[in-house]
Amino acid sequence: MSRNINPHATVDPECLTPAPEPHGRHSAHFSASSLASQASATVGVDSARCYQCGKCSAGCPLADEMDFTSSAVLRMLQTEDPAADRELLTSQTIWLCASCEMCISRCPMQVDIPKLMDFLRQRSLYEGLANRDARRNIVAFHRSFLDVIRLTGRSYEIGLVVDYKVRSGKLLQDLTVAPAMFLKGKLALIPEMVRDRRGIKRIFKKTDE
Amino acid sequence: MNKLGFYPGCSLEGTSREYAESVLATAELFGVELAQVPDWNCCGATAAHNLNRALSLALPARILAKALDAGMKEIVVPCAACYNRLSVTQHELFLDEKLRRETEEAVGLPLSDKVEILNVVQFVERYIEGQLPEKVTQPFGSDVACYYGCLLVRPHDVLQFDRQEDPQAMDRVMRLLGANPIDWPFKTECCGASLSIGRTELVAKLSGRIVREAEERGAGAIIVGCPMCHSNLDMRRPQINKYLGARSKIPTLYLTQAIALACGLDKKQSGTRRNFVKVDWNALRNS
Ligand code: SF4
Ligand code: SF4
Repeated sequence: MSRNINPHATVDPECLTPAPEPHGRHSAHFSASSLASQASATVGVDSARCYQCGKCSAGCPLADEMDFTSSAVLRMLQTEDPAADRELLTSQTIWLCASCEMCISRCPMQVDIPKLMDFLRQRSLYEGLANRDARRNIVAFHRSFLDVIRLTGRSYEIGLVVDYKVRSGKLLQDLTVAPAMFLKGKLALIPEMVRDRRGIKRIFKKTDE
Repeated sequence: MNKLGFYPGCSLEGTSREYAESVLATAELFGVELAQVPDWNCCGATAAHNLNRALSLALPARILAKALDAGMKEIVVPCAACYNRLSVTQHELFLDEKLRRETEEAVGLPLSDKVEILNVVQFVERYIEGQLPEKVTQPFGSDVACYYGCLLVRPHDVLQFDRQEDPQAMDRVMRLLGANPIDWPFKTECCGASLSIGRTELVAKLSGRIVREAEERGAGAIIVGCPMCHSNLDMRRPQINKYLGARSKIPTLYLTQAIALACGLDKKQSGTRRNFVKVDWNALRNS
């Protein structure tokens, strides 16, 4: 575990509460049905460790745009209030998080917020609660990206943009940069493909949740 | 001749072709042969880890398994985003036995943690840096802003690469090229990353602040090691200029483009002819 201790942390996390088990254990602090306990059980992030210092939100490049900052997300999880859980799953925040990892690098308690955000995004899709605006742009883009990889094994810009335009309905966006990209030799007209496409299909099938 | 494994990743085959060109030209000049990981696939990037955790581990795992199968001990991964996904995957799978078995089952190939994953700076440090004094024929003369972004340095516990708030490795290489790397507070700020298409205006804002800061501090170029950072700072410049309300002129160079130029390679070999913001080499070099 020594590799997981942040040398820049201002407080040694192990002095305060027990370090979280990496995976697969419920936190003793939470009731089983809450989002906080699910996060602890499935990805090993224990929200109870957060003591609300606010350093994560202070350093987050997207805090201004978010409906709840990262430290607010932690506080909401700690309450285990079903209404707060629902607010989180429908929030913009979880989709705006760019996974830049600034928060965890500064968190004195090593709360893995980026991993928690991944968990919340997947939970929100699973429960059909994903934010409406985010669904139309950010989620649509991610889905298009995976559609292309499922088919070809690699990402392919033209395929991606076409798929995204269909998913998002934004037909004109980004058309301005395409001709310039083409002139610079940056847009391939024919996709590069993985030869073993059955192997790729197998991966998608086996990891389908 | 050193022979190393090479994972270009999708960006280097498409929107970041100039990065691939400069990596390959530099490797050749310094006597390194880069052999592609056989039949490599996309690492899944942000989309996979945002939407599906199991997939986000299985896609990079297939790449690592293919490299292992081809007997590669080290693979050079110039894209910082791919480097990050591959490293995090290897780390997570070898912390958690059950997860590793599930992932091996999805991929259908065995895994090992013996494949060493090198980012572009580590590649330069290990195979190029020592020969720089003799190979640099046209040194830089200008100030430059080394911009590391997020994915080269974070999460530090996993990557164990350089300092996470004020990294120095690229600065050191740029000094060997004759440039003067400036001290600035945006080295590891986020450029907006994959929000580029879904929320372009946010990228214009985050990347715009980086461009403005570098320019105001007198840097002649921003030096990067990530295709996502590069396309946000270079290709998104019209949106950035709109956000800034000014016409910024500072070019964005990949570290390998900077090395190629300083070693006397031309626009074609260094790929700088494909940059959107014009790279005026005469203004950057020591004349
Ligand atoms: S930095 Fe860590 S402890 Fe502080 S508020 Fe954020 S999550 Fe909580
Ligand atoms: S990872 Fe997400 S929450 Fe954390 S600092 Fe970056 S954008 Fe903010």
